[in-house]
Amino acid sequence: MIKNKSLVSINDFSKDEMLRILDLAADFEANPDQPLLTGKIIASLFFEPSTRTRLSFETAMNRLGARVIGFSDVNATSTTKGETLKDTIKMVSNYADLIVMRHPLEGAARYASEQSSVPIVNAGDGANQHPSQTLLDMYSIRKTQGTLQNLNIAMVGDLKYGRTVHSLIMAMSYFNPTFYFVAPDELRMPQEYKNFLDDKGIKYEEHHDMADILHIADILYMTRVQKERFSDLLEYERVKNTYVLHNDMLSVSKDNMRILHPLPRVGEISTDVDQNPKAYFFEQARNGMFTRMAIIAAILGAKE
Amino acid sequence: MENNDKELKVSAIKEGTVIDHIPAQNLFKVISILGLEKIPNAITFGTNLESKKLGRKSIIKVADRFFEDDDINKIALVAPEAKLNIIKDYKVVEKRIVSLPDEITGYVRCFNPKCITNHEDITPRFSVVGRAPLELKCHYCEKVTSEEHMEIK
Repeated sequence: MIKNKSLVSINDFSKDEMLRILDLAADFEANPDQPLLTGKIIASLFFEPSTRTRLSFETAMNRLGARVIGFSDVNATSTTKGETLKDTIKMVSNYADLIVMRHPLEGAARYASEQSSVPIVNAGDGANQHPSQTLLDMYSIRKTQGTLQNLNIAMVGDLKYGRTVHSLIMAMSYFNPTFYFVAPDELRMPQEYKNFLDDKGIKYEEHHDMADILHIADILYMTRVQKERFSDLLEYERVKNTYVLHNDMLSVSKDNMRILHPLPRVGEISTDVDQNPKAYFFEQARNGMFTRMAIIAAILGAKE
Repeated sequence: MENNDKELKVSAIKEGTVIDHIPAQNLFKVISILGLEKIPNAITFGTNLESKKLGRKSIIKVADRFFEDDDINKIALVAPEAKLNIIKDYKVVEKRIVSLPDEITGYVRCFNPKCITNHEDITPRFSVVGRAPLELKCHYCEKVTSEEHMEIK
């Protein structure tokens, strides 16, 4: 059912389809050498620079035995001559079996999926969607907690603009979580997501201080609080240290608690946390590769 | 009726359509959405007419032109209370109201400057996610354009 489907938004996949991807990711983690896509060609089109996501996707493609074409620098393409996204996608879909793309404009991946004759995987369209990140977050949650059901998920930092937390809320809503939102007033969770949770009957609390929730969280999902998001820089200076995690704060946390972060981090997790076994963000990034192998293999029908 | 007095201010038509109860400030948007500036028919309109419901209203009379529901529903965005009188031989033979469709394709601009539809030649598409106040969710960037930010293309 995932075969030949584009993955543009996390909402494109049903609960069963998401779980199928997580199961496949576990299979690839247990046995990473599965060259199921020998003879396939996958295009990797990065209209905007990205290190982590591009390397993760391209490693996944290579591990599956596919050959990779594409670009990571839009300045070396016809886009600089004024070629439209439509024409680029029409052309590349003549060549490749699947297109993975990142684009700075929102909605670019949805539009590409309507123009392309082959499936599109969205590797980020502006501030809109980044569904493989959501799936790898879910994979990391399930792997560390043994389940997705009934977890206490704390989200800390920029909950207003952070697309990863919004998509994760949507995806986790199938599994009866309790959310703890910790953010400064300027970066609170938008009302539309709280309405969504109210409609679904999912519990959530809002806090200003991480210390309120560190003892109950199963998952501590940290995000970056960016200075440029504040209209009042004094407010930023006042709150910035409130949203930094230090190792000594973790003594009250549950044994099963794990710290996730979509990366890159810029100071919001102190490096003294890195040695703590509860720090999971580097493994989380590794899980991303297996999750992306699963997405690609499922869409190309290599794993039924 | 009160209405008849107002309508007398604009000359009667023999055959065609009278679009009444248009908010005065949206008259030209209605003309643009229906493409009336591009058709050869005789058209008369009045604007800033008194209306109990709307304060100031506009009215358009198009001779020898009858609209499909799909066309006329497009004006629901800017004239949700508009009423159409279908005129045959100077008499109103049918009255119709407009209703907002579930999907809007074409004539509204997405308010998000980073939306792909504002950068390439793409027909915008929205689903109606709120009716009062009006909220349109972009099919592409998934952002919601609210009534106050709505711009007719």
